[in-house]
Amino acid sequence: MDKVLSVTGLGKCYGKGCPLCITATGPEHDTNLCPYCGTVVAAHDVSFDLHEGEILGIIGESGSGKSTAVKCLYFDDAPDSGEAVFHDGEQSHALFDLNAAQQRRLRNHRFSMVYQNPNLGLNFGISAGGNIAERLLMSDMLDYARIRKRVKELLSRTEVLPSRMDELPKNFSGGMQQRVQIAKALSTNPPLLFLDEVTTGLDLSVQAAILDLILEIQQELSTSMIVVTHDLGVIRSLTNRTLVMKYGRIIEAGLTDQVLEDPQHAYTQRLVASAL
Amino acid sequence: MNTHAILEVKNFSKLFFLHEQGKAIPSSHGVNIMVYPGKLTALTGPTGAGKSSVLNGIYRTYLPSSGEILYRRGNGEVIDLAMADEHSIIDLRRREIGFVTQFLRALPRQSTLDVVVQPLYRLGVDRQQARQQARDLLSALNLPERLWEISPATFSGGEKQRVNLARGLIAKPRLLLLDEPTASLDSNTAESVIDLLQQLKQQGIAMLAIFHHPELVTRLADEVVAIDSAAATENSIKENVL
Ligand SMILES: Nc1ncnc2c1ncn2[C@@H]1O[C@H](COP(=O)(O)OP(=O)(O)OP(=O)(O)O)[C@@H](O)[C@H]1O
Ligand SMILES: Nc1ncnc2c1ncn2[C@@H]1O[C@H](COP(=O)(O)OP(=O)(O)O)[C@@H](O)[C@H]1O
Ligand SMILES: [Mg+2]
Ligand SMILES: [Mg+2]
Ligand SMILES: [Zn+2]
Repeated sequence: MDKVLSVTGLGKCYGKGCPLCITATGPEHDTNLCPYCGTVVAAHDVSFDLHEGEILGIIGESGSGKSTAVKCLYFDDAPDSGEAVFHDGEQSHALFDLNAAQQRRLRNHRFSMVYQNPNLGLNFGISAGGNIAERLLMSDMLDYARIRKRVKELLSRTEVLPSRMDELPKNFSGGMQQRVQIAKALSTNPPLLFLDEVTTGLDLSVQAAILDLILEIQQELSTSMIVVTHDLGVIRSLTNRTLVMKYGRIIEAGLTDQVLEDPQHAYTQRLVASAL
Repeated sequence: MNTHAILEVKNFSKLFFLHEQGKAIPSSHGVNIMVYPGKLTALTGPTGAGKSSVLNGIYRTYLPSSGEILYRRGNGEVIDLAMADEHSIIDLRRREIGFVTQFLRALPRQSTLDVVVQPLYRLGVDRQQARQQARDLLSALNLPERLWEISPATFSGGEKQRVNLARGLIAKPRLLLLDEPTASLDSNTAESVIDLLQQLKQQGIAMLAIFHHPELVTRLADEVVAIDSAAATENSIKENVL
Protein backbone atom coordinates (compact mmCIF):
# COMPACT_ATOMS: atom_id res chain seq x y z
CA MET A 1 0.00 0.00 0.00
CA ASP A 2 1.18 3.49 -0.84
CA LYS A 3 1.64 6.47 1.37
CA VAL A 4 -0.93 9.20 1.02
CA LEU A 5 0.28 11.60 3.68
CA SER A 6 3.41 11.97 5.76
CA VAL A 7 3.49 14.49 8.54
CA THR A 8 6.73 15.40 10.30
CA GLY A 9 7.22 17.58 13.35
CA LEU A 10 3.95 19.47 13.05
CA GLY A 11 3.63 22.19 15.69
CA LYS A 12 1.12 24.90 16.52
CA CYS A 13 1.11 27.39 19.38
CA TYR A 14 -1.51 29.97 20.25
CA GLY A 15 0.15 32.96 21.92
CA LYS A 16 3.23 35.09 21.58
CA GLY A 17 5.60 32.30 22.58
CA CYS A 18 8.89 32.28 24.50
CA PRO A 19 11.98 30.06 24.40
CA LEU A 20 10.63 27.92 27.25
CA CYS A 21 7.18 27.11 25.84
CA ILE A 22 8.12 23.65 24.62
CA THR A 23 10.28 22.48 27.50
CA ALA A 24 7.79 23.71 30.10
CA THR A 25 4.72 21.98 28.63
CA GLY A 26 3.63 18.47 27.71
CA PRO A 27 2.43 15.35 29.50
CA GLU A 28 5.28 15.33 32.02
CA HIS A 29 4.32 18.89 33.05
CA ASP A 30 0.62 18.11 33.05
CA THR A 31 -0.22 21.17 31.00
CA ASN A 32 -0.19 22.64 27.50
CA LEU A 33 -0.05 26.17 28.88
CA CYS A 34 3.40 27.78 29.11
CA PRO A 35 3.82 29.00 32.72
CA TYR A 36 6.20 31.75 31.58
CA CYS A 37 4.27 33.41 28.79
CA GLY A 38 0.80 31.88 28.81
CA THR A 39 1.06 30.47 25.30
CA VAL A 40 -0.99 27.36 24.53
CA VAL A 41 1.15 24.67 22.95
CA ALA A 42 -1.75 23.06 21.06
CA ALA A 43 0.40 20.62 19.09
CA HIS A 44 4.09 19.85 19.13
CA ASP A 45 6.22 17.46 17.10
CA VAL A 46 3.28 15.57 15.64
CA SER A 47 4.56 13.02 13.13
CA PHE A 48 2.79 10.14 11.39
CA ASP A 49 2.12 8.46 8.06
CA LEU A 50 -1.19 7.60 6.47
CA HIS A 51 -1.43 4.91 3.80
CA GLU A 52 -3.86 4.55 0.95
CA GLY A 53 -7.24 3.23 2.07
CA GLU A 54 -6.26 3.36 5.70
CA ILE A 55 -8.28 4.83 8.58
CA LEU A 56 -6.06 6.34 11.24
CA GLY A 57 -7.53 7.33 14.60
CA ILE A 58 -6.42 10.20 16.81
CA ILE A 59 -7.65 9.91 20.36
CA GLY A 60 -7.10 12.00 23.46
CA GLU A 61 -8.90 14.09 26.02
CA SER A 62 -10.44 17.46 25.36
CA GLY A 63 -7.78 20.04 24.47
CA SER A 64 -5.08 17.51 23.65
CA GLY A 65 -4.54 18.92 20.16
CA LYS A 66 -6.38 16.44 17.95
CA SER A 67 -8.44 19.01 16.07
CA THR A 68 -5.48 21.38 15.87
CA ALA A 69 -3.45 18.77 14.00
CA VAL A 70 -6.26 18.06 11.56
CA LYS A 71 -7.13 21.73 11.06
CA CYS A 72 -3.55 22.46 10.05
CA LEU A 73 -3.66 19.68 7.47
CA TYR A 74 -6.96 20.94 6.06
CA PHE A 75 -5.60 24.52 5.96
CA ASP A 76 -8.18 25.76 8.46
CA ASP A 77 -5.22 26.95 10.48
CA ALA A 78 -1.53 27.51 9.72
CA PRO A 79 1.05 25.51 11.66
CA ASP A 80 4.14 27.15 13.19
CA SER A 81 6.46 24.33 12.28
CA GLY A 82 6.66 20.98 10.56
CA GLU A 83 6.06 19.51 7.17
CA ALA A 84 3.30 17.51 5.56
CA VAL A 85 3.57 15.87 2.18
CA PHE A 86 0.45 14.76 0.34
CA HIS A 87 1.09 12.08 -2.28
CA ASP A 88 -1.48 12.23 -5.03
CA GLY A 89 -0.75 9.67 -7.73
CA GLU A 90 2.36 10.88 -9.53
CA GLN A 91 2.42 14.19 -7.70
CA SER A 92 3.63 15.12 -4.25
CA HIS A 93 2.63 18.36 -2.55
CA ALA A 94 4.48 19.86 0.41
CA LEU A 95 1.32 21.24 1.97
CA PHE A 96 2.75 24.12 3.94
CA ASP A 97 4.88 25.40 1.08
CA LEU A 98 1.90 25.88 -1.22
CA ASN A 99 0.45 29.31 -1.88
CA ALA A 100 -3.13 30.14 -0.90
CA ALA A 101 -4.56 29.33 -4.32
CA GLN A 102 -2.85 25.95 -4.44
CA GLN A 103 -4.06 25.18 -0.93
CA ARG A 104 -7.61 26.13 -1.85
CA ARG A 105 -7.41 23.86 -4.87
CA LEU A 106 -6.42 20.84 -2.76
CA ARG A 107 -9.04 21.68 -0.18
CA ASN A 108 -11.77 21.86 -2.80
CA HIS A 109 -10.74 18.95 -4.96
CA ARG A 110 -8.67 16.42 -3.02
CA PHE A 111 -9.50 16.83 0.70
CA SER A 112 -12.71 16.98 2.65
CA MET A 113 -13.59 17.56 6.26
CA VAL A 114 -16.59 16.53 8.30
CA TYR A 115 -16.88 18.62 11.46
CA GLN A 116 -18.44 17.78 14.80
CA ASN A 117 -20.49 20.92 14.54
CA PRO A 118 -22.61 20.91 11.35
CA ASN A 119 -22.54 24.72 11.51
CA LEU A 120 -18.90 24.58 10.47
CA GLY A 121 -19.37 22.13 7.63
CA LEU A 122 -22.69 23.32 6.25
CA ASN A 123 -24.02 26.65 5.13
CA PHE A 124 -27.30 26.95 7.04
CA GLY A 125 -28.53 29.71 4.75
CA ILE A 126 -28.97 27.39 1.78
CA SER A 127 -30.70 24.04 1.22
CA ALA A 128 -29.09 20.67 1.91
CA GLY A 129 -28.83 20.04 -1.81
CA GLY A 130 -27.48 23.56 -2.34
CA ASN A 131 -24.67 22.82 0.10
CA ILE A 132 -23.56 19.85 -1.93
CA ALA A 133 -24.06 21.68 -5.23
CA GLU A 134 -21.88 24.50 -3.93
CA ARG A 135 -19.04 22.10 -3.28
CA LEU A 136 -19.42 20.53 -6.71
CA LEU A 137 -19.31 23.99 -8.29
CA MET A 138 -16.10 24.77 -6.40
CA SER A 139 -14.60 21.63 -7.82
CA ASP A 140 -15.47 22.81 -11.34
CA MET A 141 -18.60 20.77 -12.05
CA LEU A 142 -20.74 23.37 -13.79
CA ASP A 143 -23.55 21.59 -15.60
CA TYR A 144 -26.84 22.12 -13.71
CA ALA A 145 -28.46 18.80 -14.63
CA ARG A 146 -25.34 16.84 -13.80
CA ILE A 147 -24.99 18.55 -10.45
CA ARG A 148 -28.60 17.85 -9.55
CA LYS A 149 -28.21 14.19 -10.46
CA ARG A 150 -25.03 13.85 -8.41
CA VAL A 151 -26.63 15.56 -5.40
CA LYS A 152 -29.51 13.07 -5.51
CA GLU A 153 -27.11 10.17 -5.79
CA LEU A 154 -25.07 11.36 -2.83
CA LEU A 155 -28.08 11.97 -0.62
CA SER A 156 -29.51 8.54 -1.30
CA ARG A 157 -26.09 7.03 -0.69
CA THR A 158 -25.97 8.65 2.75
CA GLU A 159 -29.61 7.74 3.35
CA VAL A 160 -31.14 11.19 3.31
CA LEU A 161 -34.36 11.25 1.29
CA PRO A 162 -33.48 13.06 -1.95
CA SER A 163 -37.00 14.49 -1.91
CA ARG A 164 -35.84 16.66 1.01
CA MET A 165 -32.86 18.12 -0.83
CA ASP A 166 -34.46 21.53 -1.17
CA GLU A 167 -35.02 21.94 2.56
CA LEU A 168 -32.77 23.99 4.81
CA PRO A 169 -30.37 22.01 7.05
CA LYS A 170 -32.01 23.45 10.17
CA ASN A 171 -35.07 21.30 9.42
CA PHE A 172 -32.97 18.20 9.83
CA SER A 173 -32.04 16.20 12.93
CA GLY A 174 -28.41 16.12 14.10
CA GLY A 175 -27.86 12.72 12.54
CA MET A 176 -29.29 13.88 9.20
CA GLN A 177 -27.17 17.01 9.25
CA GLN A 178 -24.12 14.78 9.70
CA ARG A 179 -25.26 12.68 6.75
CA VAL A 180 -25.60 15.78 4.61
CA GLN A 181 -22.11 16.86 5.70
CA ILE A 182 -20.78 13.44 4.75
CA ALA A 183 -22.58 13.58 1.39
CA LYS A 184 -21.06 17.00 0.78
CA ALA A 185 -17.61 15.80 1.79
CA LEU A 186 -17.83 12.80 -0.52
CA SER A 187 -19.20 14.73 -3.48
CA THR A 188 -15.76 15.29 -4.99
CA ASN A 189 -14.55 11.70 -4.33
CA PRO A 190 -11.67 13.01 -2.24
CA PRO A 191 -8.75 10.63 -1.66
CA LEU A 192 -8.28 12.12 1.82
CA LEU A 193 -11.05 12.72 4.31
CA PHE A 194 -10.82 14.24 7.80
CA LEU A 195 -13.53 13.41 10.32
CA ASP A 196 -13.52 15.40 13.57
CA GLU A 197 -15.81 13.96 16.28
CA VAL A 198 -18.52 13.24 13.73
CA THR A 199 -20.64 11.12 16.04
CA THR A 200 -20.21 13.09 19.26
CA GLY A 201 -23.51 14.23 20.71
CA LEU A 202 -25.69 11.96 18.59
CA ASP A 203 -27.98 9.21 19.88
CA LEU A 204 -26.26 5.84 20.15
CA SER A 205 -28.30 4.27 17.36
CA VAL A 206 -27.64 7.24 15.09
CA GLN A 207 -23.93 7.05 15.96
CA ALA A 208 -23.90 3.40 14.97
CA ALA A 209 -25.55 4.10 11.64
CA ILE A 210 -23.09 6.90 10.84
CA LEU A 211 -20.13 4.64 11.70
CA ASP A 212 -21.55 1.93 9.43
CA LEU A 213 -21.90 4.47 6.65
CA ILE A 214 -18.29 5.59 7.06
CA LEU A 215 -17.04 2.01 6.96
CA GLU A 216 -19.08 1.16 3.88
CA ILE A 217 -17.81 4.23 2.09
CA GLN A 218 -14.27 3.40 3.03
CA GLN A 219 -14.66 -0.08 1.57
CA GLU A 220 -16.33 1.15 -1.61
CA LEU A 221 -14.05 4.06 -2.41
CA SER A 222 -10.95 3.15 -0.44
CA THR A 223 -10.74 6.71 0.85
CA SER A 224 -7.93 7.37 3.30
CA MET A 225 -9.27 8.89 6.50
CA ILE A 226 -8.13 10.50 9.71
CA VAL A 227 -10.71 10.11 12.44
CA VAL A 228 -10.49 12.36 15.48
CA THR A 229 -12.47 11.29 18.51
CA HIS A 230 -12.38 10.83 22.24
CA ASP A 231 -14.60 7.77 21.97
CA LEU A 232 -12.73 4.46 22.21
CA GLY A 233 -15.67 2.68 20.59
CA VAL A 234 -15.35 4.80 17.46
CA ILE A 235 -11.63 4.06 17.35
CA ARG A 236 -12.27 0.35 17.75
CA SER A 237 -14.93 0.16 15.08
CA LEU A 238 -13.27 2.31 12.44
CA THR A 239 -9.51 2.34 12.62
CA ASN A 240 -6.48 0.11 12.02
CA ARG A 241 -3.98 2.35 13.72
CA THR A 242 -4.27 4.90 16.48
CA LEU A 243 -2.33 7.88 17.79
CA VAL A 244 -2.89 8.90 21.41
CA MET A 245 -2.42 12.60 22.15
CA LYS A 246 -2.02 14.44 25.41
CA TYR A 247 -1.12 18.10 25.95
CA GLY A 248 -0.27 18.53 22.30
CA ARG A 249 2.04 15.54 22.01
CA ILE A 250 1.64 12.05 20.59
CA ILE A 251 2.34 9.88 23.61
CA GLU A 252 1.60 6.53 22.04
CA ALA A 253 0.98 5.13 18.56
CA GLY A 254 0.25 1.63 17.40
CA LEU A 255 -2.14 -0.89 15.92
CA THR A 256 -5.56 -0.03 17.30
CA ASP A 257 -6.18 -3.41 18.94
CA GLN A 258 -2.73 -3.23 20.55
CA VAL A 259 -3.28 0.29 21.88
CA LEU A 260 -6.58 -0.84 23.39
CA GLU A 261 -5.55 -4.30 24.67
CA ASP A 262 -1.94 -3.64 25.64
CA PRO A 263 -1.56 0.11 26.13
CA GLN A 264 1.99 1.11 27.01
CA HIS A 265 1.71 4.64 28.34
CA ALA A 266 0.31 5.31 31.83
CA TYR A 267 -2.20 7.76 30.39
CA THR A 268 -3.47 5.33 27.74
CA GLN A 269 -3.80 2.61 30.39
CA ARG A 270 -5.97 4.92 32.45
CA LEU A 271 -8.01 5.95 29.41
CA VAL A 272 -8.70 2.34 28.43
CA ALA A 273 -9.39 1.22 32.00
CA SER A 274 -11.87 4.02 32.60
CA ALA A 275 -13.79 3.15 29.45
CA LEU A 276 -14.45 -0.44 30.53
CA MET B 1 15.18 -20.14 10.49
CA ASN B 2 14.32 -23.83 10.02
CA THR B 3 13.63 -24.25 6.30
CA HIS B 4 10.44 -26.27 6.72
CA ALA B 5 8.83 -24.10 9.36
CA ILE B 6 6.40 -21.30 8.64
CA LEU B 7 6.72 -19.87 12.15
CA GLU B 8 9.52 -20.06 14.65
CA VAL B 9 9.10 -18.37 18.01
CA LYS B 10 12.38 -18.00 19.87
CA ASN B 11 12.63 -17.14 23.53
CA PHE B 12 9.41 -15.11 23.53
CA SER B 13 8.49 -13.28 26.72
CA LYS B 14 5.70 -10.93 27.62
CA LEU B 15 5.52 -8.77 30.68
CA PHE B 16 2.81 -6.23 31.38
CA PHE B 17 3.76 -3.08 33.17
CA LEU B 18 0.79 -1.53 34.93
CA HIS B 19 1.68 2.08 35.72
CA GLU B 20 -1.26 2.75 38.01
CA GLN B 21 -0.30 -0.08 40.37
CA GLY B 22 3.40 0.45 39.67
CA LYS B 23 3.89 -3.24 39.08
CA ALA B 24 5.06 -5.64 36.43
CA ILE B 25 2.96 -8.72 35.67
CA PRO B 26 5.02 -11.47 34.08
CA SER B 27 3.06 -13.48 31.54
CA SER B 28 4.71 -15.81 29.02
CA HIS B 29 8.37 -16.49 29.62
CA GLY B 30 11.13 -17.94 27.39
CA VAL B 31 8.71 -19.64 24.98
CA ASN B 32 10.03 -21.53 21.93
CA ILE B 33 7.65 -22.84 19.25
CA MET B 34 7.83 -24.28 15.75
CA VAL B 35 4.87 -24.41 13.39
CA TYR B 36 4.85 -26.19 10.02
CA PRO B 37 2.58 -26.03 6.96
CA GLY B 38 -0.18 -28.63 7.15
CA LYS B 39 0.64 -29.35 10.79
CA LEU B 40 -0.85 -28.30 14.07
CA THR B 41 1.25 -27.27 17.05
CA ALA B 42 -0.61 -27.29 20.35
CA LEU B 43 0.32 -24.91 23.14
CA THR B 44 -0.43 -26.33 26.57
CA GLY B 45 0.02 -25.17 30.13
CA PRO B 46 -1.91 -24.26 33.26
CA THR B 47 -4.27 -21.29 33.26
CA GLY B 48 -2.34 -18.05 33.55
CA ALA B 49 0.76 -19.60 32.01
CA GLY B 50 0.63 -17.02 29.23
CA LYS B 51 -0.70 -19.16 26.37
CA SER B 52 -3.09 -16.53 25.09
CA SER B 53 -0.37 -13.92 25.53
CA VAL B 54 1.83 -15.87 23.11
CA LEU B 55 -0.89 -15.90 20.43
CA ASN B 56 -1.66 -12.23 21.03
CA GLY B 57 2.06 -11.47 20.76
CA ILE B 58 2.34 -13.28 17.43
CA TYR B 59 -0.69 -11.40 16.09
CA ARG B 60 0.74 -8.22 17.67
CA THR B 61 -2.38 -7.43 19.65
CA TYR B 62 0.20 -7.48 22.44
CA LEU B 63 3.65 -5.98 22.02
CA PRO B 64 6.18 -8.73 22.68
CA SER B 65 8.62 -7.84 25.48
CA SER B 66 11.48 -9.91 24.11
CA GLY B 67 12.31 -12.72 21.73
CA GLU B 68 11.92 -13.29 18.02
CA ILE B 69 8.85 -14.34 16.04
CA LEU B 70 10.14 -15.42 12.66
CA TYR B 71 7.45 -15.86 10.04
CA ARG B 72 8.01 -17.09 6.48
CA ARG B 73 5.77 -15.15 4.12
CA GLY B 74 4.05 -16.59 1.07
CA ASN B 75 6.79 -15.04 -1.07
CA GLY B 76 9.51 -16.84 0.92
CA GLU B 77 10.72 -13.75 2.78
CA VAL B 78 11.31 -14.16 6.53
CA ILE B 79 10.02 -11.39 8.77
CA ASP B 80 10.33 -10.93 12.54
CA LEU B 81 6.78 -10.19 13.65
CA ALA B 82 8.05 -8.88 16.97
CA MET B 83 9.77 -6.01 15.17
CA ALA B 84 7.73 -5.61 11.96
CA ASP B 85 6.21 -2.21 11.24
CA GLU B 86 2.49 -1.75 11.71
CA HIS B 87 1.65 -1.64 8.03
CA SER B 88 3.36 -4.99 7.41
CA ILE B 89 1.35 -6.47 10.27
CA ILE B 90 -1.89 -5.07 8.87
CA ASP B 91 -1.06 -6.56 5.48
CA LEU B 92 -0.19 -9.97 6.95
CA ARG B 93 -3.38 -10.00 8.99
CA ARG B 94 -5.34 -9.31 5.85
CA ARG B 95 -3.65 -11.89 3.64
CA GLU B 96 -1.79 -14.53 5.60
CA ILE B 97 -2.38 -14.79 9.33
CA GLY B 98 -5.76 -15.53 10.90
CA PHE B 99 -6.65 -15.42 14.59
CA VAL B 100 -9.64 -17.07 16.20
CA THR B 101 -9.69 -15.38 19.58
CA GLN B 102 -11.10 -16.74 22.79
CA PHE B 103 -13.88 -14.18 22.76
CA LEU B 104 -15.73 -12.79 19.77
CA ARG B 105 -15.10 -9.11 19.20
CA ALA B 106 -17.70 -7.96 16.74
CA LEU B 107 -19.52 -4.72 16.21
CA PRO B 108 -22.82 -5.11 18.05
CA ARG B 109 -25.00 -4.28 15.07
CA GLN B 110 -23.47 -6.29 12.24
CA SER B 111 -25.31 -9.38 11.10
CA THR B 112 -23.54 -12.70 11.49
CA LEU B 113 -23.12 -13.01 7.74
CA ASP B 114 -21.56 -9.54 7.58
CA VAL B 115 -19.16 -10.38 10.40
CA VAL B 116 -18.03 -13.55 8.69
CA VAL B 117 -17.72 -12.11 5.20
CA GLN B 118 -15.61 -9.07 6.19
CA PRO B 119 -12.18 -10.64 5.64
CA LEU B 120 -13.16 -11.52 2.07
CA TYR B 121 -14.45 -8.02 1.34
CA ARG B 122 -11.14 -6.65 2.53
CA LEU B 123 -9.39 -8.88 0.05
CA GLY B 124 -11.61 -7.54 -2.69
CA VAL B 125 -13.48 -10.79 -3.37
CA ASP B 126 -16.68 -10.31 -5.37
CA ARG B 127 -19.49 -9.60 -2.88
CA GLN B 128 -21.90 -12.18 -4.21
CA GLN B 129 -19.27 -14.89 -4.19
CA ALA B 130 -17.99 -13.85 -0.76
CA ARG B 131 -21.47 -14.15 0.76
CA GLN B 132 -21.94 -17.57 -0.76
CA GLN B 133 -18.65 -18.72 0.76
CA ALA B 134 -19.75 -17.37 4.14
CA ARG B 135 -23.06 -19.27 3.91
CA ASP B 136 -21.29 -22.50 3.00
CA LEU B 137 -18.91 -22.17 5.92
CA LEU B 138 -21.65 -21.36 8.43
CA SER B 139 -23.56 -24.46 7.26
CA ALA B 140 -20.45 -26.58 7.60
CA LEU B 141 -20.17 -25.31 11.19
CA ASN B 142 -23.82 -26.21 11.88
CA LEU B 143 -24.86 -22.68 12.71
CA PRO B 144 -28.66 -22.58 12.21
CA GLU B 145 -29.64 -20.51 9.21
CA ARG B 146 -32.16 -18.46 11.20
CA LEU B 147 -29.21 -16.83 13.00
CA TRP B 148 -27.34 -15.65 9.91
CA GLU B 149 -29.13 -12.35 9.47
CA ILE B 150 -28.97 -11.24 13.11
CA SER B 151 -26.13 -9.88 15.20
CA PRO B 152 -24.05 -12.40 17.17
CA ALA B 153 -24.10 -10.02 20.17
CA THR B 154 -26.87 -12.01 21.86
CA PHE B 155 -25.73 -15.48 20.77
CA SER B 156 -24.86 -18.28 23.17
CA GLY B 157 -21.18 -18.98 23.85
CA GLY B 158 -21.11 -21.85 21.38
CA GLU B 159 -22.88 -19.89 18.64
CA LYS B 160 -20.50 -16.99 19.04
CA GLN B 161 -17.57 -19.33 18.90
CA ARG B 162 -18.68 -20.71 15.56
CA VAL B 163 -19.11 -17.21 14.14
CA ASN B 164 -15.63 -16.40 15.38
CA LEU B 165 -14.23 -19.55 13.79
CA ALA B 166 -15.96 -18.90 10.49
CA ARG B 167 -14.53 -15.38 10.37
CA GLY B 168 -11.05 -16.64 11.16
CA LEU B 169 -11.16 -19.43 8.58
CA ILE B 170 -12.95 -17.88 5.67
CA ALA B 171 -9.99 -16.18 4.03
CA LYS B 172 -7.92 -19.39 4.21
CA PRO B 173 -4.91 -17.89 5.99
CA ARG B 174 -1.50 -19.57 5.67
CA LEU B 175 -1.10 -19.52 9.43
CA LEU B 176 -4.03 -19.84 11.78
CA LEU B 177 -3.87 -19.03 15.50
CA LEU B 178 -6.63 -20.63 17.55
CA ASP B 179 -7.37 -19.82 21.19
CA GLU B 180 -9.63 -22.51 22.69
CA PRO B 181 -11.81 -22.78 19.58
CA THR B 182 -14.03 -25.53 20.99
CA ALA B 183 -14.24 -24.47 24.64
CA SER B 184 -17.97 -23.76 24.72
CA LEU B 185 -19.23 -26.22 22.11
CA ASP B 186 -21.33 -29.34 22.69
CA SER B 187 -19.67 -32.54 21.58
CA ASN B 188 -21.45 -32.75 18.19
CA THR B 189 -20.49 -29.25 17.22
CA ALA B 190 -16.98 -29.78 18.54
CA GLU B 191 -16.74 -32.78 16.21
CA SER B 192 -17.65 -30.67 13.19
CA VAL B 193 -14.98 -28.15 14.19
CA ILE B 194 -12.44 -30.95 14.52
CA ASP B 195 -13.36 -32.21 11.04
CA LEU B 196 -12.89 -28.75 9.69
CA LEU B 197 -9.47 -28.35 11.32
CA GLN B 198 -8.43 -31.72 9.84
CA GLN B 199 -9.47 -30.52 6.40
CA LEU B 200 -7.52 -27.30 6.85
CA LYS B 201 -4.44 -29.29 7.75
CA GLN B 202 -4.85 -31.30 4.58
CA GLN B 203 -5.04 -28.06 2.63
CA GLY B 204 -1.62 -27.16 4.01
CA ILE B 205 -2.68 -24.52 6.52
CA ALA B 206 -0.33 -24.24 9.49
CA MET B 207 -1.95 -23.96 12.91
CA LEU B 208 -0.93 -22.98 16.40
CA ALA B 209 -3.69 -23.79 18.85
CA ILE B 210 -4.64 -23.74 22.50
CA PHE B 211 -7.21 -26.42 23.40
CA HIS B 212 -9.38 -26.67 26.42
CA HIS B 213 -9.55 -30.48 26.30
CA PRO B 214 -6.33 -32.54 26.50
CA GLU B 215 -8.07 -35.11 24.33
CA LEU B 216 -8.13 -32.65 21.43
CA VAL B 217 -4.38 -32.20 21.73
CA THR B 218 -3.99 -35.96 21.30
CA ARG B 219 -6.32 -36.02 18.32
CA LEU B 220 -5.13 -32.98 16.43
CA ALA B 221 -1.63 -31.98 17.41
CA ASP B 222 1.50 -32.91 15.47
CA GLU B 223 3.70 -31.08 17.99
CA VAL B 224 3.09 -30.08 21.57
CA VAL B 225 4.74 -27.17 23.35
CA ALA B 226 4.11 -27.09 27.10
CA ILE B 227 4.65 -23.78 28.81
CA ASP B 228 4.78 -22.96 32.48
CA SER B 229 3.76 -19.73 34.14
CA ALA B 230 6.52 -17.12 34.37
CA ALA B 231 6.30 -17.32 38.15
CA ALA B 232 6.73 -21.11 38.06
CA THR B 233 9.63 -20.77 35.62
CA GLU B 234 11.32 -18.35 38.01
CA ASN B 235 10.78 -20.77 40.86
CA SER B 236 12.26 -23.68 38.97
CA ILE B 237 15.26 -21.56 38.00
CA LYS B 238 15.71 -20.72 41.68
CA GLU B 239 15.41 -24.35 42.64
CA ASN B 240 17.99 -25.33 40.07
CA VAL B 241 20.34 -22.66 41.33
CA LEU B 242 19.91 -23.66 44.96
N1 LIG C 1 -7.81 29.55 17.92
C1 LIG C 1 -7.30 29.24 19.12
N2 LIG C 1 -6.85 30.19 19.95
C2 LIG C 1 -6.31 29.87 21.16
N3 LIG C 1 -6.20 28.62 21.63
C3 LIG C 1 -6.64 27.63 20.84
C4 LIG C 1 -7.22 27.87 19.55
N4 LIG C 1 -7.58 26.69 19.01
C5 LIG C 1 -7.22 25.74 19.90
N5 LIG C 1 -6.66 26.30 21.00
C6 LIG C 1 -6.14 25.60 22.17
O1 LIG C 1 -5.28 24.56 21.70
C7 LIG C 1 -5.45 23.38 22.49
C8 LIG C 1 -5.82 22.21 21.57
O2 LIG C 1 -7.11 22.42 21.04
P1 LIG C 1 -7.83 21.41 20.06
O3 LIG C 1 -9.07 22.05 19.55
O4 LIG C 1 -6.86 20.96 19.05
O5 LIG C 1 -8.18 20.22 21.04
P2 LIG C 1 -8.89 18.83 20.77
O6 LIG C 1 -7.91 17.78 21.10
O7 LIG C 1 -9.48 18.80 19.42
O8 LIG C 1 -10.02 18.85 21.89
P3 LIG C 1 -11.61 18.42 21.86
O9 LIG C 1 -11.62 16.95 22.12
O10 LIG C 1 -12.20 19.19 23.03
O11 LIG C 1 -12.17 18.82 20.54
C9 LIG C 1 -6.52 23.71 23.55
O12 LIG C 1 -5.85 24.07 24.75
C10 LIG C 1 -7.25 24.91 22.94
O13 LIG C 1 -7.80 25.71 23.95
N1 LIG D 1 -3.88 -7.28 28.46
C1 LIG D 1 -3.34 -7.66 29.62
N2 LIG D 1 -2.95 -6.72 30.53
C2 LIG D 1 -2.37 -7.09 31.71
N3 LIG D 1 -2.14 -8.36 32.07
C3 LIG D 1 -2.51 -9.35 31.21
C4 LIG D 1 -3.13 -9.06 29.94
N4 LIG D 1 -3.37 -10.23 29.30
C5 LIG D 1 -2.91 -11.21 30.10
N5 LIG D 1 -2.39 -10.69 31.26
C6 LIG D 1 -1.80 -11.46 32.35
O1 LIG D 1 -0.81 -12.33 31.81
C7 LIG D 1 -0.87 -13.62 32.43
C8 LIG D 1 -1.11 -14.72 31.38
O2 LIG D 1 -2.40 -14.58 30.82
P1 LIG D 1 -2.90 -15.40 29.55
O3 LIG D 1 -1.91 -15.25 28.44
O4 LIG D 1 -4.30 -15.03 29.26
O5 LIG D 1 -2.83 -16.88 30.13
P2 LIG D 1 -3.45 -18.27 29.58
O6 LIG D 1 -4.02 -18.06 28.22
O7 LIG D 1 -2.28 -19.19 29.57
O8 LIG D 1 -4.48 -18.67 30.59
C9 LIG D 1 -1.96 -13.50 33.52
O9 LIG D 1 -1.35 -13.15 34.73
C10 LIG D 1 -2.83 -12.37 33.01
O10 LIG D 1 -3.52 -11.74 34.07
MG1 LIG E 1 -11.54 18.92 18.79
MG1 LIG F 1 -6.15 -17.91 27.63
ZN1 LIG G 1 6.29 30.38 26.78
